Amino acid sequence: MTPSLHLWLIPALPLLGAAINGFFGRRFSRQAVSAIALTFSGGAFLMTLYVAARFSALELPHTEFLAHWIRSGSFLVNFEFYLDQLTLVMLLVVTGVGFLIHIYSVGYMWEEGGFYRFFAYLNLFMFFMLTLVLAGNYLQMFIGWEGVGLASYLLIGFWFTKDSAASAGKKAFIVNRIGDFGFLIALFLLIKHFGTLNFVQVSSAVSPLPVETAGFGLLTSIGLLLMVGAAGKSAQIPLYVWLPDAMEGPTPVSALIHAATMVTAGVYMVARSHVIFDRAPNALTVVAIIGTLTALFAATIGITQTDIKKVLAYSTISQLGYMFMACGVAAYSAGIFHLMTHAFFKGLLFLAAGSVIHAVGGEQDMRKMGGLKQYIPITFITMSVATLAIAGIWPFAGFFSKDEILARAYQANPAYWFIGVTTAFITSFYMFRLWYMTFWGDYRGREAGEPSTASAHAHGGHGDPHESPMVMLIPLMILGVLSFVGGWVGIGDRFDHFLSPVFGEGASTVATEVLSRSTELTLLAISLSAGLLGWYLAYLLYLRRPDLPQKIADTLGGVYQAVVHKYYIDELYAALFVNPLVQGSTHILWHGVDQGVIDATVNETAHGARHASDAARHMQSGNLRSYAGWVAAGGALVIAYMIWMGVR
Amino acid sequence: MVPISYYLILSGILFACGVIGFLIKRNIITIFMSIELMLNGVNLSFVAFAAQWHHLSGQIFVFFVMVVAAAETAVGLAIIIAVFRTRETLNVDQVNLLKL
Repeated sequence: MTPSLHLWLIPALPLLGAAINGFFGRRFSRQAVSAIALTFSGGAFLMTLYVAARFSALELPHTEFLAHWIRSGSFLVNFEFYLDQLTLVMLLVVTGVGFLIHIYSVGYMWEEGGFYRFFAYLNLFMFFMLTLVLAGNYLQMFIGWEGVGLASYLLIGFWFTKDSAASAGKKAFIVNRIGDFGFLIALFLLIKHFGTLNFVQVSSAVSPLPVETAGFGLLTSIGLLLMVGAAGKSAQIPLYVWLPDAMEGPTPVSALIHAATMVTAGVYMVARSHVIFDRAPNALTVVAIIGTLTALFAATIGITQTDIKKVLAYSTISQLGYMFMACGVAAYSAGIFHLMTHAFFKGLLFLAAGSVIHAVGGEQDMRKMGGLKQYIPITFITMSVATLAIAGIWPFAGFFSKDEILARAYQANPAYWFIGVTTAFITSFYMFRLWYMTFWGDYRGREAGEPSTASAHAHGGHGDPHESPMVMLIPLMILGVLSFVGGWVGIGDRFDHFLSPVFGEGASTVATEVLSRSTELTLLAISLSAGLLGWYLAYLLYLRRPDLPQKIADTLGGVYQAVVHKYYIDELYAALFVNPLVQGSTHILWHGVDQGVIDATVNETAHGARHASDAARHMQSGNLRSYAGWVAAGGALVIAYMIWMGVR
Repeated sequence: MVPISYYLILSGILFACGVIGFLIKRNIITIFMSIELMLNGVNLSFVAFAAQWHHLSGQIFVFFVMVVAAAETAVGLAIIIAVFRTRETLNVDQVNLLKL
């Protein structure tokens, strides 16, 4: 028995911070609010570092019991914490990146109203995310799962007076609810067939079961339902539509929730349930196909977006697709590896994009940027590192994780690999497109007839782009270093070995003859050249010949329009699901059932009573002798009745 | 001995007179007296039966009725005086404020 590490403190600290700021933050100064938020999220990070330091001495998996929750017959659910290598990686990513983004937010949100509210929500998010990651059973994971959804809703709709932000929050919440429905049913199936939700017990109950190679068995159903949940949370086809809209939230939120941590919860959940997926190859195939298609699909949309955050949002969806592709070919550790590097470079990309937006005074349209590298050099350098990392250029972080996924995908099925490499090429293209449009060329932000900065200031305008304060730049630099070196932990399969106790022989269900050295190098060369080719193409189109993209767009015509409009998926969903629901609710449920049946019953009862009373009140004439007459008539009736009864 | 049917017929006549007076008269005092007439008609049938069956309970009932009638008269006359003071009439058709 290893000593208690007080794991409960890791989620409890941010919760305390959220409570203090949420209840009393209104009265605090901005300095106090940020000090509280940073103390508690930083405390969680320090706790995690402490756990990491003690990690090698632990007997794994390490569980800590907190309290009983549900006791119903033999079915038992506890509040308990579960720590293994996978948990540790997730903890470090969530608390580390989360803490950096907290620091950044202090600078980014300084001028905004609702400062204390923002940090209360952010700490609340940390609490739920850490609950999700540390949970020892599926139900506790589900608390975190729903909680991060709540925090995401609150933060997307942070500027709730803006209509688009409020409806984006609702959209995210409702689409996630569809996924959660699948997740819940999977949990019910687990309870029904295994009588437990505890990870260890589920694992030992599932392990002896045979692999469901054909057909649609129990484990396949559970796997597919879990995947529905993961697709909702991690924005995969067909439930990805909420993530681009979620960019309505403040940029640090996009970085923390909608890039680095929350959206990867689905990947984590699939990896955590690998015992089930390993025995349901059909479900795994579905995971791989969904991931691969999402990766390609979202990447193509990313090419045409002009909003800097929207490009990054589609890029996130696409990269999450990679992670699911990895899980789908049973390369869970590759998926988690990419999850980690992605958290670094995509978190950095969003934060740098936030710094760019900050620099140009709230503008998000890349067509109005350009030439910013001379104004904001530090943002430029860090963003370049992140762009190189996501494009998979050696030796940046993304290269290692992406390459590992592609190699494993090639082993499973070259078709996955081919789409993956195509996506890598597109990714590199749109990321360097963003890079060139934002930082190179001439600044296009000034309107015509506004020649000098002095007059811009005089008009109350924003003036020249300016670099962000240090409090925002330091997290950028740290994440920049991580995006650079973060991939090196994967050299020589070290990351794989670290996680192997968790995933064990999981990969054995998929054929894993080790790739020959030459094949491996060829694959590596191809994926690297795909990245470089994308870079070159972006250079050609957006720096050398900036007139070309418009011509190409004109040539493509309808296809281009379809991509610009995101393949009309939102319109399709509106026509297929939203409108029928709204129309049905309005005309059948509201006008028909509510007004026609329920209200009508109540109202008609009242009307009937009134009409009857109207008739009856004429008896009350106020004439005493008419009353006497009624009394006499009544008496006569009673006597008549008695006589009649007596006769019978 | 006078047969009981005579008493009952007289009692019925008294009660019917009371009812008719109650229904057709307009003067409150007369209506009040009609009520007394109905009560006494009933009293007569009570004592008649009591004598017939040599049973005292009928007579006891009559005492009760008399007590209640006396009390009712006291209250009723007070009301009539109050009505007359405010309305300056004893015609019940004109005392008709309590209507819709």
